[in-house]
Amino acid sequence: MSSKATQQPLSLRIAIYAFIGIWLMMAAFPFLWTLWGSFKVELDFFSITNWKDALFGPRTEATYGSSLTGAGYEGAWIQEEFWRAVLNTFIVCFFVVCTSLTIGTLGGYALSRSGFKYTFWLLIIALIFRAMPPITLVSGYLLPFFEWNLWGILPTSIIVLVAINQPFTLWMLHSFFQKIPKELDESAKVDGCTQFQAFRHVIIPVMWPGVITTGLFSFLLAYNDFAVTAMLLSKENQTMVPKIASFLGTTQTEGNVMFAVAAVVSATVPLFILVMFFQRQIVSGLTAGAVKG
Amino acid sequence: MKHKTFFWFFLPTALAMLLFIAFPIISVVIQSLFTPHEAVLLTVENCGPFGCTTETSIDQEATAALKLAEPLGRFAGLSIYLDRGHLAVNEVAALWSGRESLGGFFDGLKNLPFYRAMYFTLTYTFVVTPLLIVLGFAIAVGVNSLHRHLKGLVIFFSLLPMIVTPLIGSLILFWMIDSRGVLGSAIQFLADDPDLSLKASTALTWITLMVYGVWHSAPFAFVVFYAGLQTLPQDTLESAMIDGASRWQQIRYVVIPHLMPLVTFVALIQLMDNFRVFEPIVGFNAEAHATSLSWIIFNDLGGETRLLSSAAATSVLTIIGVAILLSPVLVRTWRDFNAKT
Repeated sequence: MSSKATQQPLSLRIAIYAFIGIWLMMAAFPFLWTLWGSFKVELDFFSITNWKDALFGPRTEATYGSSLTGAGYEGAWIQEEFWRAVLNTFIVCFFVVCTSLTIGTLGGYALSRSGFKYTFWLLIIALIFRAMPPITLVSGYLLPFFEWNLWGILPTSIIVLVAINQPFTLWMLHSFFQKIPKELDESAKVDGCTQFQAFRHVIIPVMWPGVITTGLFSFLLAYNDFAVTAMLLSKENQTMVPKIASFLGTTQTEGNVMFAVAAVVSATVPLFILVMFFQRQIVSGLTAGAVKG
Repeated sequence: MKHKTFFWFFLPTALAMLLFIAFPIISVVIQSLFTPHEAVLLTVENCGPFGCTTETSIDQEATAALKLAEPLGRFAGLSIYLDRGHLAVNEVAALWSGRESLGGFFDGLKNLPFYRAMYFTLTYTFVVTPLLIVLGFAIAVGVNSLHRHLKGLVIFFSLLPMIVTPLIGSLILFWMIDSRGVLGSAIQFLADDPDLSLKASTALTWITLMVYGVWHSAPFAFVVFYAGLQTLPQDTLESAMIDGASRWQQIRYVVIPHLMPLVTFVALIQLMDNFRVFEPIVGFNAEAHATSLSWIIFNDLGGETRLLSSAAATSVLTIIGVAILLSPVLVRTWRDFNAKT
């Protein structure tokens, strides 16, 4: 639609480019800066004398002989055993995504195919549950989990995260399944399939785009969670985010802030890659609920 | 679908939500009505040649037995809700009767932990939400007029602040605004004050947290509005142009009305999400200047002495707050549903 009528005057065009440029700086610069700075020593990254030290790293060069060093990463990953937290995070994320998608697809499918009024109320209840801040639920878990000796282990956190994930998963999959025409599984049922067989042979092959998008958001929720994992996991079983939070307490005093910086950068990289490959799905997932409602 | 099939399909997810969302809410409510047992005291009289002395000590065994018998603690009714850490009824009443002016009364309220947190949470929610909507809208309109090839790149970088873990995002900004970090030095240079620190004053800490909040959530608004702009009715826009509407008038009278339902959607979602603000306070190490309801719960639960009852009472109050914020959404969904059937 770039006809003459919609052509922007030059001044407006410059203003738009400048605005978007400033926004891009705001959005991307902190990450690039921290990525670059994580290869420096603390006195360069937090320089009292000159901010340019973080770019060129004179003290890093004086200490390690080159202007970039992996000392922060070595300290975080090996000395502070950050790899353990990374491993835990991926175990938690993997099982949370698999479990919540399995039970979520069944539930979301049922909600989209049943015309009775209670489906509406179930969705409303899910919406209310979605609005609960997870930290308020955590205070309800602690006492029973202590009593039954379930506190501190990974499976407990996994199942709690799955449950917290369910309301959102249900809403999203419900709207995806509604886009799949009902005639598909109804004709399968006419041919003699049970509801489950219709789901198994007709719906499963066509549902993957929606399921992948929902899975991405389940992953993000599990990966980004702080309240639940910080409260429900013991020190040995910590995932990345609570581990980084606990770094702050210990390392600030020992002058090892760079460990925390390196850990933060390590935890951001998977998200970077995720956005790079699944940008389209994330955008469509964010808008799926919005454009409809 | 028959009721029975529906039941079996829905059972796993219903069980998960029932066990780990519905029951915990009930458990929180019950917990908030109980308070931990007092230690059982044992008084022993020691009589020696120089007279008798009484010694009081904690009877560890009896205390443990009592805890085992009633893990919830003593029934305390609503007293936890009314104590100083929560609604602080007595303190508020004292403040009210001793007030000199209305402003003085509110200043006094701000010294009570619950009201202090409430004050910050509400200010944060109602400042950040409109700002992020405006910023998101501006970015969406700007990006929409860009060249096709640039759009993908801009969207990629715009998503980052939202996708990144809140705690990690706030830490990254926290290190940059450190007085020795790059933004901190820049601000010192601009303000021409080498001792300026964003962490030192309450007002600056609040501004920092809110800037972070807008930075974190604006991408969401941007993506939603951007998707909305793709469905903009071209005919309406063209007829507005023919009628001689300026660019600003086109936005004001065509684009904004078209996006209005999305604005409501984003506002409602963000009100709920900003109300639970928590990670930035940890990340920015700002608890001395700003606390939120979620942060109080977290603080009660952490540490050596887990104040379960106190945390539970704050949780219930937070849930009530969420319910109030949520009610317009529920009413709207209810109306939509009735309109459909």
